[in-house]
Amino acid sequence: MEQKWLFVISPKTKLIDLNLKEVWQYRDLLMLFVKRDVITLYKQTILGPLWYLIQPLFTSIIFTLVFNNVAGIQTGGIPPFLFNLAGITIWNYFKECLTATSDTFKKNEQIFGKVYFPRIIMPMSIVVSNLLKFGIQILVFIAFYIYFITTGHDLIVSKYIFLFPVLVLCMGMLGLGLGMIISSMVTKYRDLTFLVSFGVQLLMYISLVVLPLSLFQEKGFEWAVKYNPMAYIVESGRFMILNEGSVSQFGVIYTSIFSIAVLLLGIVIFNKTEKTFIDTI
Amino acid sequence: MKDDIILKVENVSKQYRLGTIGTGTISHDFNRFLARIRGKEDPYLKIGETNDRSSKGKSEYVWALKDINFEVKRGEILGIIGKNGAGKSTLLKILSKVTGPTTGSIKSRGRIASLLEVGTGFHPEMTGKENIFLNGAILGMTKKEISSKLNEIVEFSGCERYIDTPVKRYSSGMKVRLAFAVAAFLEPDILVVDEVLAVGDAEFQKKAIGKMKDISSQGGRTVLFVSHDMNAIKSLCSRLVILKNGTIKFVGAVEQGIQNYLYTSENFNARTFIKNDIQIVSATIGVSSSSQEVIEVFKPLDIYVKLSFKKEIPSDFKMELFFNDLFGQPISTVSSWLNSMAITPKNSELNVHIKLLNGLSFNEGEYSISLRTFTSVTTDFEDVLQFSVINSKYTGYKFPLKPIHGKVYLPNTWEVK
Repeated sequence: MEQKWLFVISPKTKLIDLNLKEVWQYRDLLMLFVKRDVITLYKQTILGPLWYLIQPLFTSIIFTLVFNNVAGIQTGGIPPFLFNLAGITIWNYFKECLTATSDTFKKNEQIFGKVYFPRIIMPMSIVVSNLLKFGIQILVFIAFYIYFITTGHDLIVSKYIFLFPVLVLCMGMLGLGLGMIISSMVTKYRDLTFLVSFGVQLLMYISLVVLPLSLFQEKGFEWAVKYNPMAYIVESGRFMILNEGSVSQFGVIYTSIFSIAVLLLGIVIFNKTEKTFIDTI
Repeated sequence: MKDDIILKVENVSKQYRLGTIGTGTISHDFNRFLARIRGKEDPYLKIGETNDRSSKGKSEYVWALKDINFEVKRGEILGIIGKNGAGKSTLLKILSKVTGPTTGSIKSRGRIASLLEVGTGFHPEMTGKENIFLNGAILGMTKKEISSKLNEIVEFSGCERYIDTPVKRYSSGMKVRLAFAVAAFLEPDILVVDEVLAVGDAEFQKKAIGKMKDISSQGGRTVLFVSHDMNAIKSLCSRLVILKNGTIKFVGAVEQGIQNYLYTSENFNARTFIKNDIQIVSATIGVSSSSQEVIEVFKPLDIYVKLSFKKEIPSDFKMELFFNDLFGQPISTVSSWLNSMAITPKNSELNVHIKLLNGLSFNEGEYSISLRTFTSVTTDFEDVLQFSVINSKYTGYKFPLKPIHGKVYLPNTWEVK
């Protein structure tokens, strides 16, 4: 006689409670959040989306000046500027994903406190909208790439370039997973926000963004980067586009497993938090 | 199906922690964790106390809601009322899945969408139209559904002229209009509305209430309506839930609920009024010595005030009661010295009974009473009693006064020759 209930709200949580069907129902919301992020980010700025380009360009210029010209770091046969730009472009995507998603709960407290929708939509939309930004920066990189070829530099793309999307996927998963873990913990312990902002900066130096892997190996500091999945991603990414550096089998497997594990852990923790975070934030 | 139950709330309780959450949390979390791995109950669930805002409790944890049980039928408009802090918003938050209950469960046969506050999820930089899409999607609509209803939504909101302007340029009333319009066309099985209408103007409130009636009568959908506005509740709801300090005080017919509960509530503030050696021990306004929170226009009333004195009082003691509106402006005053009533307190206590023979003639709204005493000094007690006045059949008016018409009813008859 008892009809089936459409859903039940109860305090018990399953370990993995990711309702993919529900997330799919809200796919339009995901796209609208992406649209919102893109069109509102640079509203009321003069340079608008040009900021997407200025950030990596200026960082590359400064890095080239400091690390390559002053400190004299060698980048193989690759122009240092291009070497840095490649590293920074790749690194930026991870960084943006991580820092933006790690703020999810705190930043959206207002809206999360009023309506329900699958919370995971929010960090997912951040990863997607950063993908657009990443795409623009890749275009800039290609422009410089062509420029350097026409000015007589000998540049070739690795045959592994077709694996580049896999790399981006790994970064997305890593950024999303870590970001979700951190954002879940920030709801209770605000300390983590400080940790993220300077932790990411420090992490960059051991992620081979400015220094090539060969230099770490040469000086006997390989251990510093060996277990950092981002180091592998940046190094292999640069290998794919510039054919400079190396890809190790261990690195590829390690990075893939690590990314998937972090993403799963992130989903579990995020799900556990989303039910009650509004009471603790 | 007439008795189709669409929503069932079973033993729902919600616990909150008081004070700032800071250094204590890690140790509490750790204790919880220890209890859980030993298979015991959460140690902090026991010590909660009922939620009475004004009284000081020992425990750091309170029950914002405790053992809430009720059912809602399909197509019903259920009103939820209660004082500030009674647990209304917490209940709605649990219903709309914003936060989980501590214990208990809610079973639903329909999609719940909530319209909890002004412009939830509006992005100030985006235009009205963009925000309709965003807000609709947040509430669970697909892009296609929104597109098909866009014209209706814009028309209902009455913001056509501004629809391509960023929402940050909107007035707060326009934001509510837009937000309500989106939610009203959302067609959820259960719509939750929380005191949003207060911001809109009279015309829009009427429109919104009409729309809610349509939603339930024609669409067969259910509305949960939270409000402090007794008239809206009376005209809209078929059943009523009254919350007090986190527990249910009443579930049933609207008229009966308002009669039983609101007309017999204890509305003398628990905080004590002591000043210049004078204390107000108790004060009531209502029929005989019962105290009311809602008072009908022109219904004869009794006011009882009990004062006690720490020192001896002069024989020419005088006192006044000011009836103030929401802005603290006195609408009228009753006074012992304007009536040349000599008061001679016996012992150290004084019981005063004032009869308002024709009741209050005030227009609908919120009012409060302040007390002033004259001994050797003048002593003012602000907001001793608070109540709202609602329309009644005694006014002789066929339609209730609107705020633009003024502040008091004038009993009148007309003769045209």
